[in-house]
Amino acid sequence: MDLFKIITEIEKVDPEIYDRLDSRRRVFKHFGLAGKAVTAAMLPGLVSGIFQRAYGQTASLSPDIVAVLNLALSLEYLEYYFYDSGLKATGLIPSADRPAFETIRNDESGHIKVLREALGSQAIADPTRAAFDYSGGRGSMVGPFAAALVNDYALFLGSSQAFVDTGVRAYKGGAPILMPNKDLLEAALNIHSVEARHSSHVRTVRRGLAAGQSGQGATTIAGDPSNLSGKTGRPKSWISGTDGGGPSPGTTPSTAPVYGAGNPATGAPTAIFFPAESNTTQAGVDITTNTAGITPAAASEAFDEPLDAATVKSIARNFVVASSALFT
Amino acid sequence: MTKLLLPLEPADKLPSPSRRSFLRYTGAGMAITGLLLAGCDDDSEDDNRLDVGSGDTGVLNYAYALEQLEAAFYARVKTGQYYAGANAAEKQILDDLALHELAHANFFKAALGGSAIKALEPEFGAINFDSRDAVLQAAQTFEDLGVAAYNGAGRYIESAANLVIAGKIVSVEARHAALIRDLRGYNTFVGGDVVDLFTPTSATSAPGAGSGTGKEKSKRPAEVLEAANQYLKEGSKLSARSFN
Repeated sequence: MDLFKIITEIEKVDPEIYDRLDSRRRVFKHFGLAGKAVTAAMLPGLVSGIFQRAYGQTASLSPDIVAVLNLALSLEYLEYYFYDSGLKATGLIPSADRPAFETIRNDESGHIKVLREALGSQAIADPTRAAFDYSGGRGSMVGPFAAALVNDYALFLGSSQAFVDTGVRAYKGGAPILMPNKDLLEAALNIHSVEARHSSHVRTVRRGLAAGQSGQGATTIAGDPSNLSGKTGRPKSWISGTDGGGPSPGTTPSTAPVYGAGNPATGAPTAIFFPAESNTTQAGVDITTNTAGITPAAASEAFDEPLDAATVKSIARNFVVASSALFT
Repeated sequence: MTKLLLPLEPADKLPSPSRRSFLRYTGAGMAITGLLLAGCDDDSEDDNRLDVGSGDTGVLNYAYALEQLEAAFYARVKTGQYYAGANAAEKQILDDLALHELAHANFFKAALGGSAIKALEPEFGAINFDSRDAVLQAAQTFEDLGVAAYNGAGRYIESAANLVIAGKIVSVEARHAALIRDLRGYNTFVGGDVVDLFTPTSATSAPGAGSGTGKEKSKRPAEVLEAANQYLKEGSKLSARSFN
């Protein structure tokens, strides 16, 4: 029985077998076998153990972890179908920006793959495009964001920013629950930072568009601290205060909750709580007085804030049809 | 010893003089001695390295060290000719980055109190602070490294509150990294060097069908410090022996 031959065979149908197993050598480390001879008698248990580790993790996931991962997966579907619909809308996304949104859409697709693999049979079913109403109308298709996927690129960018910033806050809020499983925690962190990179870029594009600049020209436009919010606002690539409520603070639904407080909003320095993005106290340290010359705006920008699952769901729920069970 | 000598084996095949004197004659013997000494030096350097410690204090000191490095870098950027002549957008970005990183460093110093490692002495001699290309390239290195470092250190954090603090900072570092990359080349906010990019199987694939993961490539402390130590003076170079 040649273990590596078996793995090589599996590789033909699952190219990621080595990712799952970490590496040939580390497989043995997991079983405390490094440096020891593998006897024939040990092999059956060893082999089943290896593949249990690689493919059969879901049985051991706690309900809390499953809930966090399925909320993340739901958000990834929300984002994926939004960007995919935008890319399919004729004339919406300028050619200079198409590569970026293809990259973002593909990243979300990768995240869906990672989360589905982690959840196994406990993953929610693909809700499909039909589950979402990106107009914010919960199925009426005529909510305030309807033009975002038709011909209003500024609104498309605004919705993108709101979705991706919600995602960044949601991963941050879910991370502590993943702590018992270090590999899942690291996977979630590695998705979280990519979402933040997306947000940064979308915000850069928004500054450019508001000033009539596209492509590389967008990066020559400074953020406007007195005009961060609204469809034609010029936000920084990071969240400053509450960004004035974000790209669409005055509509119903509004983007203001994306930057507002969650629940609980306050707590002891060592507790987990969910303040608004304008928060300037971290672990009991007042950032505005702890660094000379810093403004409250910069003190808030330097730290993003997490959001609790219930608040994330209440935001995302506005963009699914009423009959869908997503985000309930 | 054996391993080190193996590549020199062909010397044995020389008719004369003997291998030993040949080595002496050519100076290869001296080179070997040098290599051995360098090996010993490595070990003693390790001993001289400032270890970040263990447990959550160790992880926070590790973060504090990286934030110190970034804060010092942007403070230095602001004294160079590139910054002096930069356009309004880039000035705003560099001003913000300098403040954010200083806020991070000072936060960790305050949070760690008496457990904080000392102030580190950076070594930026290789960076031309008058050159936009050089500054932005170094900024990208530091920001990307910071993101990979926080992501790779999350597994070592024991308290949920500390994990959240790290999470609050890493997404800001990712925002920085993406913008610096876009400044250097539009649409490079995620690149294959930092993210395991996903490629759909076909244009009509269902979500999740394709190769890659769309995940950031996190780095373990040893790999991060190998890069960071290049920008730190002797006596400020770091190790993280508890985090393997």
